[in-house]
Amino acid sequence: MPTLTINGQPVTAPEGATILEAARAAHIHIPTLCHHPDLSNVGACRMCVVSVEKARGLQTACTTPVFEGMTVHTDSAEAIATRRFVLEMLLTDHPNECMTCEVNGDCELQDLVYDYGVEWPQHDGARHSYAFDPDPNPFIAIDRNKCILCGRCIRACTEMQNRDVWSFASRGFATKLVAGADQPLLDAGCESCGQCVAYCPTGALFDKMSLNKGRPSQVKKVRTTCSFCGVGCNFDLHVRNGKAIRVTSARNAPVNGLALCVKGRYGYDYIHNPERLTRPLVRAKWLDPARLAQQVADGTWQVREKAGRRSQQTENGQRSTSDNAWPTDNPALTIDHFIAVDWDTALDVTATKLAQEKKRHGGRSFAFLASAKCSNEENFLFAKLTRQLMTTNSIDHCARL
Amino acid sequence: MMTTTLSLAQARAEAKQRWQNGSEADLLITVGMGTCGVAAGAAEGLAATQRELDRRGLRGHIRPVGCVGMCSYEPMIELEAPGRARINYGNAIAKHIPQIFAHYLEGKPLVKAVIVGEVVATVSEANGQHLHSLSFVEPGSEQRIAFQRKQLRIVLSNCGLIDPESLDDYLALGGYQALERALLTMTPEQVVDEVTRSGLRGRGGGGFSAGVKWGLARKTQRWPKYVICNADEGDPGAFMDRSVLEGDPHSVIEGMTIAGYAIGAQMGYVYCRAEYPLAISHLNTALQQARALGLLGKNILGSGFNFDIAVKEGAGAFVCGEETALMASIQGGRGQPWPRPPYPAVAGLWQQPSNVNNVKTYAYTPRILRMGAEWFRSLGTAGSPGTAVFALTGQVARTGLIEVPMGISLREIIDDVAGGVPQPKTFKAVQTGGPLGGCLPDPFLDTPVDFDSLRAAGAVMGSGGMIVADQGTCMVEFAKYFMQFTCDESCGKCPPCRIGSTRMLEVLERITDGHGQMEDLDTIRRLATGMQQGSLCALGQLAPSPVLSTLQHFEHEYIAHIRDHQCAAHTCKALITYEVIPELCTGCMVCARNCGADAIFGAKLETHVIDPALCERCGLCMEVCNFDAIQIISPRLAELRLTS
Ligand SMILES: Cc1cc2nc3c(=O)[nH]c(=O)nc-3n(C[C@H](O)[C@H](O)[C@H](O)COP(=O)(O)O)c2cc1C
Ligand code: SF4
Ligand code: SF4
Ligand code: FES
Repeated sequence: MPTLTINGQPVTAPEGATILEAARAAHIHIPTLCHHPDLSNVGACRMCVVSVEKARGLQTACTTPVFEGMTVHTDSAEAIATRRFVLEMLLTDHPNECMTCEVNGDCELQDLVYDYGVEWPQHDGARHSYAFDPDPNPFIAIDRNKCILCGRCIRACTEMQNRDVWSFASRGFATKLVAGADQPLLDAGCESCGQCVAYCPTGALFDKMSLNKGRPSQVKKVRTTCSFCGVGCNFDLHVRNGKAIRVTSARNAPVNGLALCVKGRYGYDYIHNPERLTRPLVRAKWLDPARLAQQVADGTWQVREKAGRRSQQTENGQRSTSDNAWPTDNPALTIDHFIAVDWDTALDVTATKLAQEKKRHGGRSFAFLASAKCSNEENFLFAKLTRQLMTTNSIDHCARL
Repeated sequence: MMTTTLSLAQARAEAKQRWQNGSEADLLITVGMGTCGVAAGAAEGLAATQRELDRRGLRGHIRPVGCVGMCSYEPMIELEAPGRARINYGNAIAKHIPQIFAHYLEGKPLVKAVIVGEVVATVSEANGQHLHSLSFVEPGSEQRIAFQRKQLRIVLSNCGLIDPESLDDYLALGGYQALERALLTMTPEQVVDEVTRSGLRGRGGGGFSAGVKWGLARKTQRWPKYVICNADEGDPGAFMDRSVLEGDPHSVIEGMTIAGYAIGAQMGYVYCRAEYPLAISHLNTALQQARALGLLGKNILGSGFNFDIAVKEGAGAFVCGEETALMASIQGGRGQPWPRPPYPAVAGLWQQPSNVNNVKTYAYTPRILRMGAEWFRSLGTAGSPGTAVFALTGQVARTGLIEVPMGISLREIIDDVAGGVPQPKTFKAVQTGGPLGGCLPDPFLDTPVDFDSLRAAGAVMGSGGMIVADQGTCMVEFAKYFMQFTCDESCGKCPPCRIGSTRMLEVLERITDGHGQMEDLDTIRRLATGMQQGSLCALGQLAPSPVLSTLQHFEHEYIAHIRDHQCAAHTCKALITYEVIPELCTGCMVCARNCGADAIFGAKLETHVIDPALCERCGLCMEVCNFDAIQIISPRLAELRLTS
């Protein structure tokens, strides 16, 4: 374990550690832009330059391995001047649009410009003016004018998602972030997981559905668990005025870190969908008619749409008119209507029916299909239910279909 | 097939025999068939030569050879009849071939072709070994021709002498003896040690000790290791490495194989730009020949050492000459540098220990192992032994490819080798190191040419471009040209170079366009410091050098552009206006007829006027005027005239 000195402070770091890793472990701050702890280091942005005694020129802390006896100064005059120069150069080719930028207040470039007190560079030289959001991908919006070519999106796509969608095209000032061979994202093999967006330090890549919906300072972040599958990814719902407007992944999410799949990151529109199921629905015919009439009248249960509406569509699209008669006073109610009931009732009905049918036909007349949305523990219990209570081995899982 | 030393010795003996036999033909004909020769018409010349031989019923032995470096004479052909002097003729295009034969064989006068010189074999000896090379002397005298007088051909010794597509020729002049010596009589450590002791420094620009570099790669205990030859040669106007690969490919193969043995590698790559098709073709031919004779492949010369070489073609990016970008490119990635450390000797190609050297660095090593480290040390200077190869271009009488002993002064190269700046112009500056180098004015011309002296003077050795500028060169424009090159070639990875070079170019353009401000000089210095300190690789770090050195030595030109709107060299179009001198104008109308922009007005026998708004500043009128009645003035002056 080599021992080095950073800003006069002795620091011990594991063999092969970079200066940046050694410094961070010792709570010494070194600014970065192209570095991300989840990704490989490329030394592109030059923000992390530090002075190393006896070395020629500045070294990038994110790539330089430590050695025994190394002496590092993280805030030498040259290092600071170089960081300021880098930021100034980046700003000379960056739109002055923080006022309207989606990531205002949550932008690594903005923070560094603030920290280093870099002034807005006035000049009449070249600036890029790429079209805003030119890609038809429904989830990912691109603003190349804000791209600082740090390459984090490229590495996130390659190293986290193994998709290799992004890369740089052209050289020099004309260098441009492109998908595939400068194609639309989806044609370039993008699966819309949005990892690139999560790793972008600026507003160059953004979640398209959340454009103009609310900026970081205007939302409340609610940490929650994804409801799509049993992996149990955590993420933050951005809530503004009681509405979820965006999902962002979080590095400290224990299962998934910054990674999410397309459903978790972009499949949240069901939250406010009027058709969303929020209570158990039971067909009217399984309920006791008297209780049903009572509860509906009380307003504790509600009559919902007729069951099997879609399945009853005939081939020519006409809806079947042969509603079954139903012995209630309510002429609008048929036995095929769904009734929103309380959980106890729903579970009672289910249990009773299962027991009845088992008695009548035996356990082996059942097959149970488990859900990918359930956790391992839930699926374990489901197997117990299937095999021990229902005495059948016919159990499978939707992910195998 | 495995070649033992015995069969190599036999092959060499036979090769020597055949080398001798060449001169037993009625006529030994040597044709310069490098890219430069071919471009000038050497292939047609060769066909004409064959026709001439047939016509005369002569038995000729034609030997196509690489470049001898005298560009202005291409195409070149040499004739040698048994017992007679060998004469090199320049401007030997197809239709001049009969004339050349008639001159050589019958003493008829030469009309269009020229005699470059008499070719004499030069042999230096050391360590019981001989190094053959060519010298050109004034016919009938001992005196070398001016271009060659101060040259010393070591790494180029075979170029122009042997047929690069003949392994025989290479063997006949001592080829692969160094490999034999290394593999059969030396340990890898001894090879590293001998190269270190020779003082050989890398010829790719940095000048790092080749032996020390090999030693570092040897020390890393991880396999596989790789030997990489840097033949990217992206400097504008440079063609040293191309000449070596075209004219003497086996020397590079031999050098790389020796390096492989020294560091413990079994695989080598030559990274050569695809714009060098002839070099690649000669290299591939040589690789096949070497494999066929067992000089590459398994168990080379029965030593148990395995080595082979593959050629990787680059797509012509300057930055791919930077060693880490080069390796990224070999790996199939985008040609962008990665930060060092770790250095290639520790983690290079595919993260494995690798040794990257320039073409010439490898080509020197067989010569060093054959003639001995002491021999090499005795050439050049103590700090920079050996020779320097330059592609000499610009405003000098003789341009071309030259090899000179280290320590020679810039003045000797420019005045003696290159014949100086043609009258009536005078010397202004010399630029070495291409777009990453610097320029030096007259007071620095006595600087010795070696790695350390040039660096101390503010220029660099670079990989070998040397451009001479005369008074007709505007130094701001000169700097702008190189900065434009940097902008085009920056890989775009890091902001200081990607954006800094663009901003720098914008400032320079502003100055040459006549919109410069005095603060721009500070801006230039600030941008330069940012690029130097902040850039990832040497491209961005050194790209400000041409600007800074011109600013250091020619600040007055910058100031004249900015403050006085004057370009002394009259090349910045925004800062010149063409004007007719009424007293001298005869109204002959020649200028008006020639002007492509229809910017000149005036009736016959009346004084003409040029409309500056229409004038495109091509200068044609000034050239065609028979009365010197057109002059260049600054637009500021023109304005004053208009208003007064
Ligand atoms: C932008 C750039 C371009 C370079 N181009 C070349 C080149 O064309 N050929 C070359 O041999 N070295 C070139 N180099 C130097 C190489 O990085 C490397 O130092 C060299 O190949 C090492 O070989 P040497 O030790 O034999 O000089 C270049 C360096 C930079 C920064
Ligand atoms: S889009 Fe974002 S992550 Fe990708 S290179 Fe640009 S700034 Fe970096
Ligand atoms: S200095 Fe220029 S060429 Fe080198 S890595 Fe940076 S952008 Fe690329
Ligand atoms: S963070 Fe180290 S170079 Fe970008």
